[in-house]
Amino acid sequence: MTIFSTDHKVIGKQYIGLALFSVLLGIVLSLVMRFHLVHPDAKVKLFGALWPDGAPGGQMTPELYLSLMTIHGTIMVFFVLTTAPQSGFGNYFLPLQIGAHDMAFPVLNMLSFWTTALSLLTLLAAFFVEGGAPLSGWTAYPPLSGLGRITGPGQGLGQDLWILSIALFCVASLMAAINFIVTIIELRAPDMGYFDMPLTCWGWFVTALISLFAFAVLLAGGILLLLDRTAGTSFFVPGGLIVNDQIQTRSGGSPILFQHLFWFFGHPEVYIAILPGMGLISTILSTFSGKKVFGYKAMAIALLAIGGLGFVVWGHHMFISGMSPYSSIAFSVLTLAVGVPSAVKTFNWLATLWGGRLRFTAAMHFALGFVSIFITGGITGLILGQPGLDIYFHDTYFVVAHFHLIMGVAAIFAIFAGLHYWFPKMYGRFLHEGLGKLHFYMTFIGVYAVFVPLHFAGFVGNPRRYPDFKEYEFLKAVMPLHIGVTHAAYFLAAAQLIFLFNYFWSQRRGAAAPANPWGATTREWRDD
Amino acid sequence: MAIAILIAALAGATLALFFQPRWWFPDAISAHARAYDSQFALTLWVIGCIFVLAQGGLAWIAFRYRDQGQTPSANSGNNRLEIVWTVATAAVFLALAFAGQGIWAGVHLAVDDPRALHVEVMAKQFAWSYRYAGADGVFGRVDIRQIDDAGGNPFGIDSTDPKGADDITAAILRVPAGRPVELRLKSRDVIHNFFVRELRLKQDVVPGMTIPLRFTADKPGTYEVPCSELCGLGHHQMRSALVVMPPDAYEEWLQEARQKVVLP
Repeated sequence: MTIFSTDHKVIGKQYIGLALFSVLLGIVLSLVMRFHLVHPDAKVKLFGALWPDGAPGGQMTPELYLSLMTIHGTIMVFFVLTTAPQSGFGNYFLPLQIGAHDMAFPVLNMLSFWTTALSLLTLLAAFFVEGGAPLSGWTAYPPLSGLGRITGPGQGLGQDLWILSIALFCVASLMAAINFIVTIIELRAPDMGYFDMPLTCWGWFVTALISLFAFAVLLAGGILLLLDRTAGTSFFVPGGLIVNDQIQTRSGGSPILFQHLFWFFGHPEVYIAILPGMGLISTILSTFSGKKVFGYKAMAIALLAIGGLGFVVWGHHMFISGMSPYSSIAFSVLTLAVGVPSAVKTFNWLATLWGGRLRFTAAMHFALGFVSIFITGGITGLILGQPGLDIYFHDTYFVVAHFHLIMGVAAIFAIFAGLHYWFPKMYGRFLHEGLGKLHFYMTFIGVYAVFVPLHFAGFVGNPRRYPDFKEYEFLKAVMPLHIGVTHAAYFLAAAQLIFLFNYFWSQRRGAAAPANPWGATTREWRDD
Repeated sequence: MAIAILIAALAGATLALFFQPRWWFPDAISAHARAYDSQFALTLWVIGCIFVLAQGGLAWIAFRYRDQGQTPSANSGNNRLEIVWTVATAAVFLALAFAGQGIWAGVHLAVDDPRALHVEVMAKQFAWSYRYAGADGVFGRVDIRQIDDAGGNPFGIDSTDPKGADDITAAILRVPAGRPVELRLKSRDVIHNFFVRELRLKQDVVPGMTIPLRFTADKPGTYEVPCSELCGLGHHQMRSALVVMPPDAYEEWLQEARQKVVLP
């Protein structure tokens, strides 16, 4: 296995490795944040050693908390949820499932992985420059992100590196998207029509189409923001500003324009994270219930409908942004409409299980867990999709709970299901089933214990992105809730050590697997 | 088997949390806030039913069809069923979307009320200021070069405009109960957010824009205003308050404040 390999299987594993490294870092950052939220005054020597400026004497500053939050969100959204399900599994298994011997453009494939790796290094470098990592969140709204150091520490070079990292990631994702689309159109086996493809391939196909349109727009937004910061342009900076007591001379830009560009990408990004998982879950539920996928064609069409409608709902992230109240009404109706194909998928998953003979392997556990999490996380979209109701919950922990479940945890459950399912194909051995189930049970309980209570912090009106809750009388009531959530987060993180051990141990010591261990019907188990 | 029980148990625990009174909305203090609460209750009932049916169905199917050596059914689809559940879901979801427009229109499509009290709101990293017109009922001109926070002129009221000489600036927002209020939200640096939980109102404050926000509070009291859009390292400390006063007490405060105005 060479480093700059053009073999799709190697590149798939490289992406999974990058995602694994990223997710561990993202988890550690979230634990530090959860610790700080409930012990805001603690002096921790380790923090002081890691961040001499951000945590002088071990006392974490608000700006350090916010930069950890920014990097946590960026890493998880881009380097975990965007890479593993699509580029990781997709690169490895798409050619095998459609009977191609590799992706259409192997060199481009290698380039897109290494551009992604460079993007990750660029992001992490932000921790080590003067002022540290940016504090403007993964959404980086200007003017906070557009005016440089004057708006806060980390808004200097750290923010520049963040934008550069995202731009590189966009380029890598565009290369990958083109590769996936061409591979599916051109390299399917002669006997395989579009509606003969497994739903996993449909998931990767629609995701690649979404990536092509969404990342192109994010790239444009990122470049404009970088120009505002470095070339004195004013795309997003209006006139008449006084920042930190200094009068700004620029004028004519619109902060809301950036939000339109960002969320035109940002909402489809949710589907980039979840559609490959949806395809995979269909396959796993079908395999382990001994039945064909119920309503195959409806499932493929639902993926296309989600991908298409997903491009016209971005405004629901902006109900309170100050944009026209009339457009909110349109975005609201479209948003609830995009819930319909998601519900149709859930019905078809239940119908796939119905009348089957369910074999509860570890992969099947995670697939069933996925469906449960998808319901719990998705259903609150019916609240947030109504602009009138969103008013109260916007930017509270209710939203944090909603998107962590539907975008983060659901996609991660699909990844765990996929790793258990495909591990025998990738390594010729099984992941340990007993450890896998133990890991599932702890994780399933853990995510409910972490994220369901956070909705209730939202009911109290608890704003997100606060480094501590000391300033407000009404937030005293939510402290016991946050203490409970932090303990649940420790438990949830500890459970992941079981997976980590299983993943590396089983590569060398796992039970040897036969060629088609699950009795699956898709092509990747046939060839060889 | 175990997973069926666990799915049911976790769904049950989730439901049970909705019956605790501790972590919930604060009491509503306006007609809009009460309308909000009823639309929320309606939505919660709908999604509660979907939640119970879906999680209960999943748990039951996982239990019912566990491997007991049975032969799996060969059924792989039913177009009529697909159409029925697609149309039924669309009907429920779209009905919710339309039912929810009322409270949105109530806040954002309302027309100006001639009796409304106008207050200008200025946000900056990391403080709020409020401005009331003086006895002349007119807001004076502003000039950003005259902004002076330490000197008590956060709005930059122009000293050459006599209409601004009697404008009142304050650090907390006082309004009379029962009278319509129209805020004009402005920011002078980054995006902030004005949020009053008890009014069920939240609005981004965007530099370069003046955004109106209308409400009529009917219950006197002091309500916290937390900044709710990430604005920098002091975001979590950018605190203000809304004080809803009985009309008499408000008049008294206003007279006193007018006498205290010093020309900037």
